[in-house]
Amino acid sequence: MDSLLNDTRPPVFCPGCSHERITHTLDKAFQNMGLADHQIAMVSDIGCSGLFDTFFNTHALHGLHGRALTYAAGLKLGRPDLNVLVTMGDGGQGIGGAHLLAACRRNLNLTLLVLNNFNFGMTGGQFSATTPPDAQVGSGFLNLLERPLDICQTAQAAGAAYVTRCSAYRKDLEAEIQRAMEFEGFAVLDIWGVCPGRYTKRNRLTPKTIEASLAKLPAIEGPVAENIRKEYGRHYRELTAGRKPVADPLKIETVFDPPQLGRREAILLGSAGQRIITAGEVLCLAGLTAGLNTTQKNEYNITVMRGHSISELILSPEEIDYTGIKRPGVVLALAQEGVDRRREMFKHLDGDALVLQADGVQVPACSARIHPMDLKSHRIKKPDWALASLGVLAGFGKIISPAMLAAGLKIRFKGSTLDTALELVKQIES
Amino acid sequence: MSMSLMEGNEAIARGALAAGCRFFAGYPITPATTVLNYMLNLLPPVGGICLQAEDEIASIGACLGASMSGLKVMTATSGPGISLYSEQISFAVGSEIPIVIVDVQRLGPSTGSATRGADGDVNFLRWGNSGGLPVIVLAPVNAADCYTLTVQAFNLAEKFRCPVFIASNKEIAMTRESVDMDALQIPAIVNRTAPSAGKPFLPFQVNEGQTVPDFLPIGGNVPVRQTSSTHGPNGYITTDQDEIARILLRLKTKLESAVETFSFYELLSADESDTLIIAYGVTARAAKSVYRELKSAGKPVRLLILKTLWPVPETVIRQAAENVKRVVVVEMNLGQYVREIERLMGDKQIDFCGQMDGWLISPDKIKEAVTNG
Repeated sequence: MDSLLNDTRPPVFCPGCSHERITHTLDKAFQNMGLADHQIAMVSDIGCSGLFDTFFNTHALHGLHGRALTYAAGLKLGRPDLNVLVTMGDGGQGIGGAHLLAACRRNLNLTLLVLNNFNFGMTGGQFSATTPPDAQVGSGFLNLLERPLDICQTAQAAGAAYVTRCSAYRKDLEAEIQRAMEFEGFAVLDIWGVCPGRYTKRNRLTPKTIEASLAKLPAIEGPVAENIRKEYGRHYRELTAGRKPVADPLKIETVFDPPQLGRREAILLGSAGQRIITAGEVLCLAGLTAGLNTTQKNEYNITVMRGHSISELILSPEEIDYTGIKRPGVVLALAQEGVDRRREMFKHLDGDALVLQADGVQVPACSARIHPMDLKSHRIKKPDWALASLGVLAGFGKIISPAMLAAGLKIRFKGSTLDTALELVKQIES
Repeated sequence: MSMSLMEGNEAIARGALAAGCRFFAGYPITPATTVLNYMLNLLPPVGGICLQAEDEIASIGACLGASMSGLKVMTATSGPGISLYSEQISFAVGSEIPIVIVDVQRLGPSTGSATRGADGDVNFLRWGNSGGLPVIVLAPVNAADCYTLTVQAFNLAEKFRCPVFIASNKEIAMTRESVDMDALQIPAIVNRTAPSAGKPFLPFQVNEGQTVPDFLPIGGNVPVRQTSSTHGPNGYITTDQDEIARILLRLKTKLESAVETFSFYELLSADESDTLIIAYGVTARAAKSVYRELKSAGKPVRLLILKTLWPVPETVIRQAAENVKRVVVVEMNLGQYVREIERLMGDKQIDFCGQMDGWLISPDKIKEAVTNG
């Protein structure tokens, strides 16, 4: 295959920069793999590693600092056959640390080259996440205070399936890049190099000293046995193959006339675990069977099975504009937590409002008519109080009729749950 | 007649699917989480991808990558997430990457109140990108709007290659309501334009008579360059002053000069009135209640409900305000969009009615502001 280097835009790195060597090595790897220009996307970060995409005649995406892996994920998921190669510096690795960890955990088939030259070259040699504490850098003494990050150990711990630490001057680097690209999964190459423009002006670092430093570290090269697993995209497609499309929203036909005219407001004041939201939904569905517009607004604690649970409902033959409720015509007082949350509201209730009061719930003084519901003697358990109270409401002919309620229950529930619910409201209506 | 029951977030997800969305990435945040939940159910069966990313920055980043691969993409979050999206929004603006961004607004600032509604981000959406170039912001009033405006948002993102926001609100997003699906006015689906064959492709070349470059995907047969740097038509960094000025001005005018083609609004007229109410989002519903009440009381006012907020639909606003002496702007914040109305109509009395406490603005409060002006 031909070189994919861009003839009109030759590398512009500082003389002696290891990035230039990697540019040519990468091109050789592409050639050895027999890849054509449109089969590769170079996703480059910011800084000197961010120049890479311009030197190649391939697809290219040059985004924001530290975020290269985020774009690469979207590209690869959108184009599973594309070879997506990400170039990032030690700076980008620092700022985009969360993305590196996520990429390791996710195992999408991407190849990441971290062009690790131990400092922020382009902005003046400040310390990065990999700068040794004893290095002289553009950040004064600050690197003395922070410990450098081992990219490879981090990647391995985060689940990367292929990790190699190596020198930019390694003789078989092109073969190693090819191995990484051909590996099906996330592959990280931590490539140590020299930044002559900044870092080696004040620090001694040569191909030889890099080699010596690497020799002192445990070798990390290639597939990580304990992290080998399915590639994310392949796994995703396997898990989702053959799923049936979600049905369109259920359309509920108008078959009944509502028992009352005009806009009607109700509020369910209960506690978590009483299926308040479900009861509210059933009331809405019952309303739809009579052609009523409905809104349902819920309020509950962020924790579950604890505290209040409230559902505000409006049913109206007209378009519902304002969805707030100040003076509901019906209050279902089902638990003290809910009532206490809306104590203020009781002051505003009109004389013709109806409060259905469950056993043991204290209701503040108000002008509304209070109807105690004898749910306990019907042996109805607390989680069923909300649904049962809809039966009481329908029995009064308020907002919904018994037929509308039964139809609403039939839309919401199926099988034995439906039978139980129908039985429950029938028991209390009578 | 038949009706369905759904919350605004479900309507957005279903609208997105209908518009051709095939990639969604998000990070859970109340009150936007259910958009992620619905997309996770809707997308995989049609071959789409729904990704829960490691954070908001990655969510929108993955969307931008997927959009460049040729897919229609959407993400959803709330105010704290929009803050994190900011740099990527700038990328989408400057590099003309189509994306729909849902902001289910909650009470701010900062973490604020996760389960309380607000319209506190409307200026943030417009101005929260570096460089300050325009974006499109649409504001739904109810669940039906959530569906249709999402389809419109995808069409606009494809047509203009830009981020398009849905400025929703917890009060619409998590309120279930009846929707007559058969009555929805759903526009024809628009797809980004591919270049005509035969000519060499330049990723940011704008042809005669167009304001937006043609699109080819990264991963197709022709190499495509995308860059966050200031670029010329070829997608490489440019330092040519005239070229830079031309491309950046085009990013502004491609939207601002076309806003009349996507000015969504509802105008409830009252010829004999000297007062106009302007409202948007869930607050428009309370304003509508006031409009109806005053009309039946024989003291009519005009009501303009804006559904396109940015770019400012100036013609619509000016026409709605013709012959009125006074404009009352109602917003679920402490005064944001009212500044645009003041900018447009220095000769009229502009009054503001706002509230920022997590509760809906009541019709009573609006009526008081209108009648006591």
